[in-house]
Amino acid sequence: MNIPLSITKNIHDWLFEVMSAPVATVVEKVLIAVAFLGFFALAGLLLVYMERRIAAFFQLRLGPNRVGPQGIFQTIADALKLVSKELTGTVKADQFLYKLAPYFLIVASLMALSVLPFSKELHAFDINIGVFFLIAISSIGVIGILIGGWSSNNKYALIGAMRSGLQTVSYELSVGLSILTIVVLAGSLQISEIIEAQRNGWFIIQGHIPAVIAFMIFMIAGTAETNRAPFDLVEAESELGAGFHTEYSGMNFAYFFLAEFINMFIIAAIGTILFFGGYLSPFGITESIPLLGVFWFMIKVLGLVFLMMWFRWTFPRLRVDQLLTLEWKYLLPINLFNIVLMAIIVWLGLTINF
Amino acid sequence: METTFEKNSFKSEEYFINMGPQHPATHGVLRLLLTIDGEIIKNVEPDLGYIHRSIEKMCERDSYQQIVHLTDRMDYLSAHINNEAVCLAVENALGLEVPERVKVIRTIIAELTRLASHQLWWGVMGMDVGALTTYFYGFRDREMINDIFEETCGARLTMNYNIPGGLMFDIHPNFVQRTKDFVAHFKTKLPEYDTLLTGNVIFQKRTKGVGILTKEDAISFGTSGPVARASGYSCDVRKLHPYSAYDRVNFNEALFTEGDTFARYRVRIQEMWESLAIIEQLIDNIPEGDYKTATNAVIKLPKGEFYQKVETARGELGVFIVSDGKKNPYRLKFRSPGFSNLSALKKMAVGSKLGDLVAMMATLDIVVPDIDR
Amino acid sequence: MGYFSDIYNGIKTLLTGMSVTGKYFINARKEIITQEFPNNRDTLKMFDRFRGEVVMPHDENNEHRCTGCQKCELACPNGSIEIIWDRVIDEETGKKIKAIDKHIYHLSMCTMCGLCIEACPTDAIKWSQNFSNSAYDRTVLTKVLNKPGSKIMPGVKDKE
Repeated sequence: MNIPLSITKNIHDWLFEVMSAPVATVVEKVLIAVAFLGFFALAGLLLVYMERRIAAFFQLRLGPNRVGPQGIFQTIADALKLVSKELTGTVKADQFLYKLAPYFLIVASLMALSVLPFSKELHAFDINIGVFFLIAISSIGVIGILIGGWSSNNKYALIGAMRSGLQTVSYELSVGLSILTIVVLAGSLQISEIIEAQRNGWFIIQGHIPAVIAFMIFMIAGTAETNRAPFDLVEAESELGAGFHTEYSGMNFAYFFLAEFINMFIIAAIGTILFFGGYLSPFGITESIPLLGVFWFMIKVLGLVFLMMWFRWTFPRLRVDQLLTLEWKYLLPINLFNIVLMAIIVWLGLTINF
Repeated sequence: METTFEKNSFKSEEYFINMGPQHPATHGVLRLLLTIDGEIIKNVEPDLGYIHRSIEKMCERDSYQQIVHLTDRMDYLSAHINNEAVCLAVENALGLEVPERVKVIRTIIAELTRLASHQLWWGVMGMDVGALTTYFYGFRDREMINDIFEETCGARLTMNYNIPGGLMFDIHPNFVQRTKDFVAHFKTKLPEYDTLLTGNVIFQKRTKGVGILTKEDAISFGTSGPVARASGYSCDVRKLHPYSAYDRVNFNEALFTEGDTFARYRVRIQEMWESLAIIEQLIDNIPEGDYKTATNAVIKLPKGEFYQKVETARGELGVFIVSDGKKNPYRLKFRSPGFSNLSALKKMAVGSKLGDLVAMMATLDIVVPDIDR
Repeated sequence: MGYFSDIYNGIKTLLTGMSVTGKYFINARKEIITQEFPNNRDTLKMFDRFRGEVVMPHDENNEHRCTGCQKCELACPNGSIEIIWDRVIDEETGKKIKAIDKHIYHLSMCTMCGLCIEACPTDAIKWSQNFSNSAYDRTVLTKVLNKPGSKIMPGVKDKE
């Protein structure tokens, strides 16, 4: 299988000039990994800050505003605190699994992150089954939650973990099917091709009615996938205290916390790629400068992230049986119908193209 | 240990879980012993006593003026109404007639207290079902009431503004204007409570048909206040046994018949409208006069038993004084609304889900110091 | 058709809910309700009747109005006030009168009920409006209200 690795060609060429090919390949891979780890940490911290600040404004508060200008370094200070904290744990926990669980989440998030295109050239891993890869990888995270909840030997954590299991298994379907709706329209699973197909209008416009329905379902199911309110049954604080990560402290807790926010970023990024043209600028105004694609991509992603935060700070939480009712009685039938509708629209050529 | 895999592997087991004393949903140090099968509650057993301060025993030690401030610490969200209950009991026992001005001011402040309590409850109710933002909107409006209290009474929560025979001091000159401002402000904000939470489809699904308490059960458990009125049991002390200035105001008793969590929610929203109406009727007609009638420095009640009940934000608070003619009561018993309301929890909760229990607890509007005393 | 009207109503109520929070988000800067407390400690003004702690005002001659009648001590439900008194010879009349040696106030035991201030016949004690009285050492909270070397203001007498 030929996997093109087209991240910033200059660095690539330079590396292969100064080193022998095998060494250069290894160095290149390491550089990419470090870059993604850095992005993981920084984006996570930025999103946490954004969430706190936005939540504060929804709630007529000020939010963090002490550390740095407008409190921008607050989450970094928090992270430093969490790093320095003792890692407490329960004696009766299954020690191996208990310590393993946070890494499952991180690895899953990092792997999903790797296929996201930040701009035309800035794309680490443009696999030809990109969307399928994303759906597959995003299911791994829940294993971390399940293991973490089960192994910490706490009843609250166990309830949280079991809720997480049923929730993710159910909503995986909706995420997958709503993505498939767009795949029908795009005719490809490769992310770069999906984005390039949107040069003639973003898919939410091209696919009009079924695309809007798919987008709504995707946002609902995506919010559920990331275990955020109104689907935050996993860590429903008024019911379960802290849910599955009750027994985690310090950096182990921070891994869960960061992974949640990175997952939110990933869901928003998938939404951007599939519905809003990824890194493409609106009406092609900055097509000549590929680097500005990063800017547009981030703007769109943060817009969707904001939408998810808006959900969180407005809606009450669903009950566990209503969560399943919503998925199996509403989202799934509508989704299946929606795919058929999209197929008919594509078949008859009723898409809107500019 | 023998493995009996074939026999028991598919048998579901009930398990036992401690909710509280430290838990976000129990609103204080209440401990619930839950027996759960998966998510379904099989049994709820409230365990009390974590914040017992023997207030009733302390009352036997104190003089009648001193008792009043202890009642602030029972149901701290309706502190003024608790004070009023003790003062009314003492005044009735003495046969003391308080000035009209006192009656009206007491009623206005009692209704403001009820509003403040319900606002806090609304915020916490939203938080318990997962809508965290309601908490801050509720507190924003409550803050205005607290400022009114602070300016007139000197404290925001434990006001201790009543003394047997009247009020500790006269209302602040700004009181009337501030109260009018608040009423005008809150009339614009209360519909927002409805659009944000009441109408929300998730909230309605969470609360409708959940935690049903029938009228018969409501009466037999001795529930009172909004909990009983949501089941159709008309029990508003302000209507049935008017005290202070409630005999001269027009208001409707908020009464619903469904008896579910949503009905209990709507009773309190309705009560907020009624409280606003009561305040509006009284605020312009505060009679001139003294703010207290003189009592002896040492109040001695005649021998006998005296009972006075009032309607706090949570229900019927009864004060039962047994006096042997000395300067402190022989025995003083508070009939607190929260205790009886909590007793109905098991009836409501068994068979429903864990998330429902939290919503039910929120609509019982429990203040744990009121239950334990 | 209940199925589809359910969906429609559901989405409609969710959007109205979002419009409420969205409106506050847009106006967030104007409607902030919280305060940055330790920063505004110096400018924060409490209401006149606010019950901060019990103080005994002294005038410029280091004189107070407390006769040592102990009515506040009796009125206090929690025993937060202790008065240590002595009999001294009044300079004007030559009689022995009661005078305070120390008016001890335990802030840590005080519930701010205000009964002592109501009970005082000579207005010797009153509420101060200071706040955030917490301390690292509880002995700090036991205060002697009359200043050292102070004496009673001339003319202030027990009404008994």
